[in-house]
Amino acid sequence: MELVLEDGTTAASDRFMVAVCTCRRSRTYPFCDTSHRRRRRPGRGRDGAPEEGTP
Amino acid sequence: MTAPAPAPPAAPGQALSAVPGLPVPRGPLSEQLVTALRRPPSEAPPLPGRLPAGTDPLGEDAQLALYAAYELHYRSFAGVADSWEWDPGLLRLRAALEEAFGRALRGAVPGGDDVDAVLEPLLEEPVEPSGTAHHLQKEGTWGQMREYLAHRSVYHLKEADPHAWVIPRLTGQAKASLVAVEYDEFGGGRGDRVHARLFADLMEGAGLDPAYGRYLDLVPAVMLANVNLMSWLGLHRGLRGALVGHFTAVEVTSSPGSRRLAAALDRLGAPPQCALFYTEHVEADAVHEQVLRRDVLGDLLRREPQLAADAVFGVQAYGYLEDLLGDHLAACWRAGRTSLLAPLPEPTGAPGTPDAG
Repeated sequence: MELVLEDGTTAASDRFMVAVCTCRRSRTYPFCDTSHRRRRRPGRGRDGAPEEGTP
Repeated sequence: MTAPAPAPPAAPGQALSAVPGLPVPRGPLSEQLVTALRRPPSEAPPLPGRLPAGTDPLGEDAQLALYAAYELHYRSFAGVADSWEWDPGLLRLRAALEEAFGRALRGAVPGGDDVDAVLEPLLEEPVEPSGTAHHLQKEGTWGQMREYLAHRSVYHLKEADPHAWVIPRLTGQAKASLVAVEYDEFGGGRGDRVHARLFADLMEGAGLDPAYGRYLDLVPAVMLANVNLMSWLGLHRGLRGALVGHFTAVEVTSSPGSRRLAAALDRLGAPPQCALFYTEHVEADAVHEQVLRRDVLGDLLRREPQLAADAVFGVQAYGYLEDLLGDHLAACWRAGRTSLLAPLPEPTGAPGTPDAG
């Protein structure tokens, strides 16, 4: 799959599905890197959710 | 996407396909198991069918015994008869270990059956992050980074293998979408892009031996439990809901953690080949998260809504064991000691070794 960006450049991905960034916050634009996520304030627990993930 | 990496030299591929030796026992259960595995089942002393009173199901002995029992389904160990894989005595011991492991986990997590509620906090990004990847990104030493990679090697060198076992237990969209994610995990048809292979490249770049099972004897129960959880859920059809819940939680939390670990490797001056494993996961898992949540877990629960509590258990057990590991790493590193059972050997033939910290 090829994405043509506003500046005329293209970004390609051969993944079976592509997550395209629409919030413009991605550091791997035009692809999503989950930077759109809602921010959680300190002190709010995660109820058994891990503090951090890994692949 | 970047072009496929150039063909690798022969040596690493050979190391990746080598079969590891049996691990060093850590107590009576693993001692009996390892001793038995050195002979064919017909000549081996009988294995215990119950755990001795007072066995800690999350302790070193039980977790290593369980890990070794599961390993017979993956690559096994050098010199072990293939017939051990389905030996009734071995399976009886494994069942006793699984029963105790499962009871410990179910007792440690809150439970429930609201899948959306339990996934929601995983979809938030902390304003003030803490955790292992954050520590490594901000102030971790190169030695701590290498320890972290040695811990994770017991999983990442067989990354996504435990999840393949759930495929025959799924149907329809859940099956199609899980297989699509697995296709990505296994390199999209390219052997040099298999995620386990990318991790081996990372290990090599960090001066670690990428041979499968090389660091098992150094990796404590608190990490083995994370792999045993996946093997346990993957090998039991009755736990398919929990396996899918677990996989979903992994994929949802992986992107931000991977971004921090890539930044950590960059900050520590690791060779360029190292960060690829994590940068690949930043982008891949942003996709996998959506696919797992909607098309795999969502479709599975539409077909089998009674599995919701199991899915919640998979999510929570993942979080519980990952947090135990994170707490262990933090406590060891704060105290200035190794988080492994013994310190890592010095780097061997690393292409570039960043300053020791």
